[in-house]
Amino acid sequence: MFDDLRDLYQEVILDHGRRPRNFRRLEDADRTARGDNPMCGDRLELFLKLAPDGSIADAAFQGRGCAISTASASLLTETVKGKSAEQAHALSDHFRALAMTGACPDCGEALSEEMERLQPLSGVHEFPSRVKCATLAWHTLNAALDGVKEASSE
Amino acid sequence: MSFDVARIRRDFPILQRKIRGKPLVFLDSGASAQKPRQVIEAMVHCMEERYANVHRGAYFLSEAATEAYEAARGAVARFIHAGDPREVIFTGNSTAAINLVAHSWGRGVLRPGQAVLISEMEHHANLVPWQMLRDEGRGIELRVARVTDAGELDLEDVAAKLADGKVGLVAITHMSNVLGTVTPAERLVQMAHAAGAKILFDGSQAAVHRPVDMQALGADFYAFTGHKLYGPTGIGVLWARLEHQERMPPFMGGGDMISMVTIDRVEWAPPPAKFEAGTPPIVEAVGLHAAIDYVSVIGMPAIEAHERRLVDHAMRRLSDIEGLDLLGRAQDRGGVFAFSLDKAHAHDLATLLDRAGIAVRAGRHCAEPLHARFGVEGGTVRASFGLYTTEGEVDYLAEALTKAREFFA
Repeated sequence: MFDDLRDLYQEVILDHGRRPRNFRRLEDADRTARGDNPMCGDRLELFLKLAPDGSIADAAFQGRGCAISTASASLLTETVKGKSAEQAHALSDHFRALAMTGACPDCGEALSEEMERLQPLSGVHEFPSRVKCATLAWHTLNAALDGVKEASSE
Repeated sequence: MSFDVARIRRDFPILQRKIRGKPLVFLDSGASAQKPRQVIEAMVHCMEERYANVHRGAYFLSEAATEAYEAARGAVARFIHAGDPREVIFTGNSTAAINLVAHSWGRGVLRPGQAVLISEMEHHANLVPWQMLRDEGRGIELRVARVTDAGELDLEDVAAKLADGKVGLVAITHMSNVLGTVTPAERLVQMAHAAGAKILFDGSQAAVHRPVDMQALGADFYAFTGHKLYGPTGIGVLWARLEHQERMPPFMGGGDMISMVTIDRVEWAPPPAKFEAGTPPIVEAVGLHAAIDYVSVIGMPAIEAHERRLVDHAMRRLSDIEGLDLLGRAQDRGGVFAFSLDKAHAHDLATLLDRAGIAVRAGRHCAEPLHARFGVEGGTVRASFGLYTTEGEVDYLAEALTKAREFFA
């Protein structure tokens, strides 16, 4: 009945959805932002700890959401660690292209390893109503980096 | 006549199509129902043969269109057993109908110190307009009657909130779009009137599933919408007693709602035209008329009986699914089921069901306070039935939910 759903719900996504990594508050976070998807009530809070050079030393999140938004946030916290703000922004742009179109032809080689890790979420582009689930955490990342407190996937 | 669901399904072209290679199992009629060929053809015929603006031109087509538009009003009046077709005001949808009452009756007739009483199970359409009225600083209070754990209206709480005589209007759903609960409408009318209040029903769900009779009910206002009644979008109905319409100032100004205009002065047209400013939904009225004819030939009592069987069947099948938590278990309920399944998120579940060809709604169904009342943090999945829904479709849903549970386990 659901065989073709494995494109969307790959094992990596189900795993991160069930057991999200870095799912905690960072009490000493330098940047935090909330993300809201008003359509479904999904909500998350993202925490970033910055190193003296401004790069992301640690990232964590809390909140509630579907398997896709939780997995996306979980993978986000893993892939942005150690990145500069500029790299994190670029990764966010690349990821949104991936989620919306299933590919990122303009991504180049710079963040190819990270994009490889995020590849399992590319299947979401075939489900237009679910793209926002995947991009919510990344909108929230941009907000946190820009010092904005609230992000919405609307 | 016997209820032949297979024959009925053949009237709905969209039910013949496949979704992702699987037969469509449409379980979102509570959001909007599918349209029978008879409605589609009536609207096409109107545009091909009888279309012009209404109430204006002294020429054949305009007269024909006006006749069709007013015939639709007559059909609505007969359908809900109104005393007079003038009690039927055409609006854009139920939301517009309730906003009309909130703006016009709420601002023109309600007085400072009076209150509006709603319930915890209102759709946002029957909540937000009253919040807006409350927040305008007119001294109008908003009271909210509780819903019991079983998902029924707490009548003791209704009585308590009516007791001081300050409630000027009770505005309550006739059937919850989430819990499926049908409220005891006749009893509520008696309670409201005994407390000196008028009463409005949001009949968006109820009017589709069972016969409604304005003369027997004795309410003051009743709102429903065309698109849930197998008619087109863009047309709704506010039934309002003429004596109330007389007291209500117009909501929107424009053409068609005046009897005389000079630069200094304007006189309103008599009801219901006073509330139908601008070119009305003409083609949509013709479509609604066809929809009413369609359900009337089948018979609302027969539709109600069919849905009652479906509801009983669904209650049995859904109750058998381990981990399924149904919101509300009211005694008197219609074919609307909102539920959660273990820890599966409503949107993940809806996506899964979609892959099996099943259309359901996921979220909070425009009833956020109600979900909060039941402690549901995210949302629920809602399956809602129409006259074309079959027991086989309910079985297929149950099978899919059982498999979905394994998928997310």
